[in-house]
Amino acid sequence: MKKTFLYPSHVSLGATMAPFGGFDMPIQYEGIIAEHFHTRESVTVFDTCHMGEFFVKGLKAAADLDGIVSCPVASMQIGQCRYGFICNEEGGVLDDQIVYRMSSGEFFMVVNAGTQDADFEWIKNHISPGTLLTNASLETGKIDLQGPSSPRIIEQLLAEPIWGLKYYRWMYNVYKGKRIIVSRTGYTGEIGFEIYLDERQTVQFWNDCLALGAKPAGLGARDTLRLEMGFPLYGHELEKSRNAAQSGFSRAISSDKTFIGSNLVLDPANAQELLCGIALDGRRTARSGDRIHAESGEPIGVVTSGSFSPCLERAIAMGYVAVPYSTVGRRVIVTAGRNQLRATVTATPFYQSATARRPISEFLT
Amino acid sequence: MAIVPSPADRKYTTTHEWVKVDAGLAVVGISYHAQKALGDITFVELPAIGKKVVKGESCSVIESVKAASDIYAPVSGDIAEANSVLEGKPEEINKDPYGSAWLFKIRNFNSADLAGLMDGAAYDTFAESEK
Repeated sequence: MKKTFLYPSHVSLGATMAPFGGFDMPIQYEGIIAEHFHTRESVTVFDTCHMGEFFVKGLKAAADLDGIVSCPVASMQIGQCRYGFICNEEGGVLDDQIVYRMSSGEFFMVVNAGTQDADFEWIKNHISPGTLLTNASLETGKIDLQGPSSPRIIEQLLAEPIWGLKYYRWMYNVYKGKRIIVSRTGYTGEIGFEIYLDERQTVQFWNDCLALGAKPAGLGARDTLRLEMGFPLYGHELEKSRNAAQSGFSRAISSDKTFIGSNLVLDPANAQELLCGIALDGRRTARSGDRIHAESGEPIGVVTSGSFSPCLERAIAMGYVAVPYSTVGRRVIVTAGRNQLRATVTATPFYQSATARRPISEFLT
Repeated sequence: MAIVPSPADRKYTTTHEWVKVDAGLAVVGISYHAQKALGDITFVELPAIGKKVVKGESCSVIESVKAASDIYAPVSGDIAEANSVLEGKPEEINKDPYGSAWLFKIRNFNSADLAGLMDGAAYDTFAESEK
């Protein structure tokens, strides 16, 4: 199993480790709920070095990527980030990714750990001969700093001012004399940053964040935080055999261009089920694979993720529900083992007070 | 994981429950080791009063953020009391597994069922070996 550059740090912090995406990753340090609240209320650091990073460069890079990812690429400004899917010919999801425009002819793409090798091959096979694709994953460290106190830490660690950095924008910055990439993105819903730097600086950066008051958070809290926001997780909400349109992330899917799978993704006949938020009445959790039924008993869908929500103090889930039953407020029943759990189809985010989109200036005073 | 010696005043099962006889009832909870392994506990389903339980059979469920775990009756008998405070505050099991966060009490239990269970020291060795 692979290890990230921060593996020794996790061990010395006493983390509980488990495999994820081919890497031995920290699940929790102090505890999932404590790390969850620390992210919502203060600031945490996540080791996300397991994720994959590619550069795509060339005169046709924008046009090539427009043919591969579901979000519009050629219309992106330099400094912008966009979320989109990589689909197969059938419109199923091979991965979800964020693309960064570095210059008119250069893009940076961040993909999931477990899918990065297949993504690389897929992209390589679908770009023009003159477009250069490089895999920077091995020499790139990635750390997510998330939470309302994250701007204060970033401001102290980086040489260039970050007050102008808006949501879903990136900038070059300087850390201890070296150029790094920092974006206002993340997977928690809180204001925060994803930082890409030389692997040799990763441990130093991590330690600096801890010294300035950030607590380490593991994949356990990362999952409860993203679920409270209704963000999809590849392998759960998104998969090869599920048409991208069913995710309902219409802003990530351009309807005025052609990309691999687009004819099927854009055909409404392929969206018979829709990804929904599901709020359980109680604390007992539904888990991935649990079946969803209408009150009449009719089977109407399946749970893709479920957990206890620390902020809502009840169980929440996401799942695919047949369109006629997918309206907000619809009462449903989740069959979890021997138990029938009462639940309501709910708009996401479940957690309404997250800070990701608020102006950075509010957090720097 | 820090080793906290398990109290010597009770017996332990290989499924990580503890049982202690108090005022003629068999009081049941889960070990420090068990709550630590589960992580933050978010839900508990307690057995109904009067329910007959059988040694070694599942009679309760505890869920954490990470996992769900069955709780097995350490002795056979009838449920006399359940700690309903935990239904609203399951996190108490993480805080005080050997004290206020007992799960249920069994009456009319068979004392012979206690004989095969481990004492604190034997349980600590067992829990260590399971890591």
